[in-house]
Amino acid sequence: MSFLSLLARNRLALAGLIVMALVVLLALVTPILPLADPDVTNTGNRFLKPFSEGALLGTDHLGRDLLSRLLWGTRLSLAVGFAAAVIAAVLGAAVGIIAGYYGGRVDNLIMRGVDMLMAFPYILLALAIVAALGPGLLNALIAVAAVNIPFFARNIRGITVGIAHKEFVDAAKLAGMGDARIIVSEVLPNVVPVIVIAMSTTVGWMILETAGLSFLGLGSQPPQADLGSMLGEARSALITNPHTSVVPGVMILIIVMAINLLGDGVRDALDPRLRSGALTRPMAATMVQRKGPVPDPQGDNVLDLRGLETQFHVKDRIYRAVGGVSWGVKPGECLGIIGESGSGKSVTALSVMGLVASPPGVITGGAVFYKGEDLVGAPYERLRSLRGREVAYIFQDPLATLHPLYKVGDQLVEAIRVHHHVSDKEARAKALGLLKDVRIPNAESRLENYPHEMSGGMRQRVGIAMALANDPEVIIADEPTTALDVTVQAQILSLLDTLRREKGLAIVFITHDFGVVAQLCDRVAVMYAGRIVEEGPTQIVLDAPAHPYTRRLIACVPELGEGKRALHAIPGLPPAVNDLPPGCAFAPRCDKATEACRQGEIALDAFGARKLRCLFPETELEAAQ
Amino acid sequence: MSIALKLDALSKTFVVGKQLFGPPKGRVHAVHPVTLEVPEGETLGIVGESGCGKSTLARMLVGLLEPSGGSIEIAGKPLDNADPAVFGKRIQYVFQDPISSLNPRKTVRQIMEVPLKRLHGMDKAQRDRRISEIFAQVNLREEFLDRYPHEFSGGQAQRIGIARALAAEAKILILDEPVSALDVSVQAQVLNLLAELKQRLGLTYLFISHDLAVVEAVSDRVAVLYFGSVVEIGRAEDVFANPRHPYTKLLADSAPVVGRPLTAPEGRETELPDPLNPPKGCAFRARCPYAGERCGEEVPRLEGETQLAACFHPLR
Ligand SMILES: Nc1ncnc2c1ncn2[C@@H]1O[C@H](COP(=O)(O)OP(=O)(O)OP(=O)(O)O)[C@@H](O)[C@H]1O
Ligand code: SF4
Ligand code: SF4
Ligand SMILES: [Mg+2]
Repeated sequence: MSFLSLLARNRLALAGLIVMALVVLLALVTPILPLADPDVTNTGNRFLKPFSEGALLGTDHLGRDLLSRLLWGTRLSLAVGFAAAVIAAVLGAAVGIIAGYYGGRVDNLIMRGVDMLMAFPYILLALAIVAALGPGLLNALIAVAAVNIPFFARNIRGITVGIAHKEFVDAAKLAGMGDARIIVSEVLPNVVPVIVIAMSTTVGWMILETAGLSFLGLGSQPPQADLGSMLGEARSALITNPHTSVVPGVMILIIVMAINLLGDGVRDALDPRLRSGALTRPMAATMVQRKGPVPDPQGDNVLDLRGLETQFHVKDRIYRAVGGVSWGVKPGECLGIIGESGSGKSVTALSVMGLVASPPGVITGGAVFYKGEDLVGAPYERLRSLRGREVAYIFQDPLATLHPLYKVGDQLVEAIRVHHHVSDKEARAKALGLLKDVRIPNAESRLENYPHEMSGGMRQRVGIAMALANDPEVIIADEPTTALDVTVQAQILSLLDTLRREKGLAIVFITHDFGVVAQLCDRVAVMYAGRIVEEGPTQIVLDAPAHPYTRRLIACVPELGEGKRALHAIPGLPPAVNDLPPGCAFAPRCDKATEACRQGEIALDAFGARKLRCLFPETELEAAQ
Repeated sequence: MSIALKLDALSKTFVVGKQLFGPPKGRVHAVHPVTLEVPEGETLGIVGESGCGKSTLARMLVGLLEPSGGSIEIAGKPLDNADPAVFGKRIQYVFQDPISSLNPRKTVRQIMEVPLKRLHGMDKAQRDRRISEIFAQVNLREEFLDRYPHEFSGGQAQRIGIARALAAEAKILILDEPVSALDVSVQAQVLNLLAELKQRLGLTYLFISHDLAVVEAVSDRVAVLYFGSVVEIGRAEDVFANPRHPYTKLLADSAPVVGRPLTAPEGRETELPDPLNPPKGCAFRARCPYAGERCGEEVPRLEGETQLAACFHPLR
């Protein structure tokens, strides 16, 4: 979405924009308007009321035309405010970028200086500067700009530190760029939006501050009018002739309000999160719009998916992320789900407990049975009581489960006590045991850590401990060990394996590692473009894959012990799920594809213990029963 | 065969908890002195777990970090000032995260032009010719040149990263986890492309990864890093199949392999060493089932013929 249309979505910001545009336009055309001279005194006509003849807004204590003074004053105030904002932004950004980019001692010295400036009360500092330089509009401008530099420096430094550590900056160094060039061509373009935001939210205050100094007689000097000095001169007549104060006062109010509304709008519109619609409030559980008939539960699976369909509706496009997926797990069983990114593994998993963000996610068909109860469309309260206690998740990104502001020990205790009535001490002992189970060294002291004090691998282990906290019946693990080292991974896999054997935990394990599937899972389902293309007992599927995609996916993953070798890559990319080809989704990449493959639906047929969605299987399969 | 890259006792120590006044709070020996030779045309794999010093080592090799000690020689000539622009023409780096290594606000063409302009001083016509040539080598279409990085898939972005590294015309490429961020089918495409480029352009690779199987599949030799030191180095087909160092064996036994039952080769109480307070003697001692008395007193040195291990009680 374009910047302007985003801005326009925010009504208040749009109003601010229109008002500001009018004020600026007026200020620009002031010199060509047929106005009286703002500085010519005419004491005979002092304190004329508004709407008097020849003086639309009346006159002031020296008989000067208020309308003319107002427009000229607005012009001056705006100019000084904007100039101060630009100066503060340029100098502040320069200081911030240098401190942030070079870091270390340079940063330390600069930022200590900035801190010292910020320690003074704001207006006191401005007064001190003007006192030192002497009164005058230019000096007021300098003072206002100077007191705002630290604000910019601080903000921009923070952003720069983040950018200076990005890999593209390293890449630029290796490509032969010097520091100055990198600052100008790599860092600056990425900071400019932040500078603009900071400016748009502060220029209003700077106009106000300049007016404040003028009001005290330290800014514009008589007879020159700006909004602050007009207010200041009107002060003595506040009771007898209030209109002389009201006129500049209202103008200041209008300007500052309009700028601040506009500034907030600009900030929101430039915020990338808004662009993706992420700030629109998500619903508590995924939206459900089932059209077809609801299937019946089958078998003795503790968790059973039947023909689940989940889509994302973005503008006029429909992404069929999950296109009719059925699987189930029995207590003590482990089902592996394998497939490339974008094949719908995670969305399937999130749909189970209604965790897909809505909008844009919608469950459009199928059912999810937990012990025979359909969870699709179940009330939010019901889902919440099941989440964590009966069905727990381990996410790939542990930050999704950990709150940044609480100690991990307290979070574990909290998670245990939400569903179980135990004493704090018991809960804490259990938390400690959990951390040891997931192989966190020095578990006692780690209870006192905040998530950001741990490495990524360590956080992931805490996330796993959280999932285990309430002895759930089912664990849905979405690539939980991808970011972990092999030794830790082996530990965690064997922990999960023990739990399912000893406590009958059912596990749905999403991964792209065939080795993990082979070691942990009883059955495996292979997903491609939102659908299962092959399913069966792990051993059989891995030994004799029947779907061409499964076979070739296995072939392109190197396996330990095979030595140096060329890999059999699959050319091309998986199809986009908003534009699926008719027939077999793998056909564009399949070397066995024929015309028949490209026409019409290909069903997931059962062959004994396994299921397959392909017209030309790789191996002989027993006929359907 | 001549030596493409030679490290002599290269080491890095980070000072942590630096204060404006007063002494720092501690030192982390991220890389203990490493001595290595990489012959021309070889792929040397470097494996190790997170925090073992892989990236620190790699960043020193391209001049992004100044070593605390030791020296680097490329094709017999020492590299003594830590200036990435000097390093850039002789040794290049391919980053782990393909998207974040490309500036989001520049077109692919602007990104590709920098090394050609800055390192080789080419004019516009020369640059255009060279970019077409490189793009053909990495199987990228030239229409991509005027697009921005976010428009590409991970695999395409990584090809662009490789193309940029090739533009510098360095003969040595440091590949720091170049395929970890990619999907398996795309990972194979990129690995095959790298193998082909190496053949065609006579490159030498340092291939860093935590994925043992990938390292084994692409490397001639493999070095295993633990706690900042090389603990074993040898031919790729031997290192994991017949490890000599107990740590290498632990890694090989932990890797999930089809057809091998699930085992956790280590007890759950084993502790990793604390970098701020390193143990005396062999760093692996606390986790090692073979540890003897000497292991607690002396640091073992790399020893052996073709397969070297730093261990007092090697497995073979
Ligand atoms: N700037 C730094 N200051 C202090 N310590 C550091 C710094 N950079 C790295 N280290 C430490 O150096 C050691 C090696 O880190 P390095 O990043 O090289 O590991 P790595 O093997 O690349 O890990 P990963 O696989 O997670 O990327 C770690 O103990 C790390 O905490
Ligand atoms: S249905 Fe046809 S195109 Fe699809 S995987 Fe089978 S053989 Fe290939
Ligand atoms: S030196 Fe001793 S402690 Fe270290 S790996 Fe060898 S046997 Fe184990
Ligand atoms: Mg690293």
